[in-house]
Amino acid sequence: MISLANYLIVSGIVFAIGLAGIVLNRKNLIVLLMCIELMLLAVNTNFLAFSHFFGNNLGEVFVFFVLTVAAAEAAIGLAIMVVLYRNHNTIDVEQLDSLKG
Amino acid sequence: MLIETIIFYVFAVMFIANATMVVTQRNTVYSALFLVMTFFCAAALWMMLDAEFLSIILVLVYVGAVMTLFLFVIMMLQLEKLPTSQKLLRYLPWGVLIVALTVGGLLYSIKPNNFSADTFATVAHPTDYSNIYQLGMVLYTHFVYPFEIAAVLLLVAIVSAISLSLRKPHRKMQNVSNQVRVRREDRIRLINMPTEKKQEGNP
Repeated sequence: MISLANYLIVSGIVFAIGLAGIVLNRKNLIVLLMCIELMLLAVNTNFLAFSHFFGNNLGEVFVFFVLTVAAAEAAIGLAIMVVLYRNHNTIDVEQLDSLKG
Repeated sequence: MLIETIIFYVFAVMFIANATMVVTQRNTVYSALFLVMTFFCAAALWMMLDAEFLSIILVLVYVGAVMTLFLFVIMMLQLEKLPTSQKLLRYLPWGVLIVALTVGGLLYSIKPNNFSADTFATVAHPTDYSNIYQLGMVLYTHFVYPFEIAAVLLLVAIVSAISLSLRKPHRKMQNVSNQVRVRREDRIRLINMPTEKKQEGNP
């Protein structure tokens, strides 16, 4: 029998993988955006699991809005990345230090 | 019920394995394709949670549109495969630490008696239950203003993405005054030449 705990553990592990990917990744910004997508996916799975097991579909409405905002974020993030690549000719995370942060 | 359990575990294991591959792949194209597989597994899990509409939306919008956009950008930018093995290993302890802390905290808080099947039993739906109907009933009554705000947000995203990528030196646009000022003499030249005779044996 699949209970709420199974879904919570699966989505928690995927969220942790996405978080670790952000820390590990020193290659390029695109993989970083993909890790953010992974984390959002885990959060959405969590919402849907609670929504299903509470018998209340407000969680599904929330997932709907999260999907909308995530699609907009991906589009704008990729556009920013294209502009960045035109200006700096790289999207390597370690070389993007012109802000001296 | 046994079949449902088997399906859940198959897709959960594939979900986690594909997510791991997204993070660990060297080639960005491969990690995008593994992310597509991850979305498919997540859609299967969502389907088991009776969220059919959102599951299909996930496949259509994410696999169909967002991941295509990712692949377009990856192939446009011409990234080289970097030999970052030692760099990956340099930050590996931090990554392992983060995964261990998050998963440990989760396993501690999701104790079997907190979220067990006894506390949260699956709600049995009637046979004529329609997920899309229920979602629409909530979305168009209580959440109609957030729904419209989401539409405006998508419009803003379109406008900003276009205006970001259409910057001045790279822009290709038509010059209307040049188009209006063009004359017939600039485009066409009439010349007078004698008629050529067809040569023999030369078809």
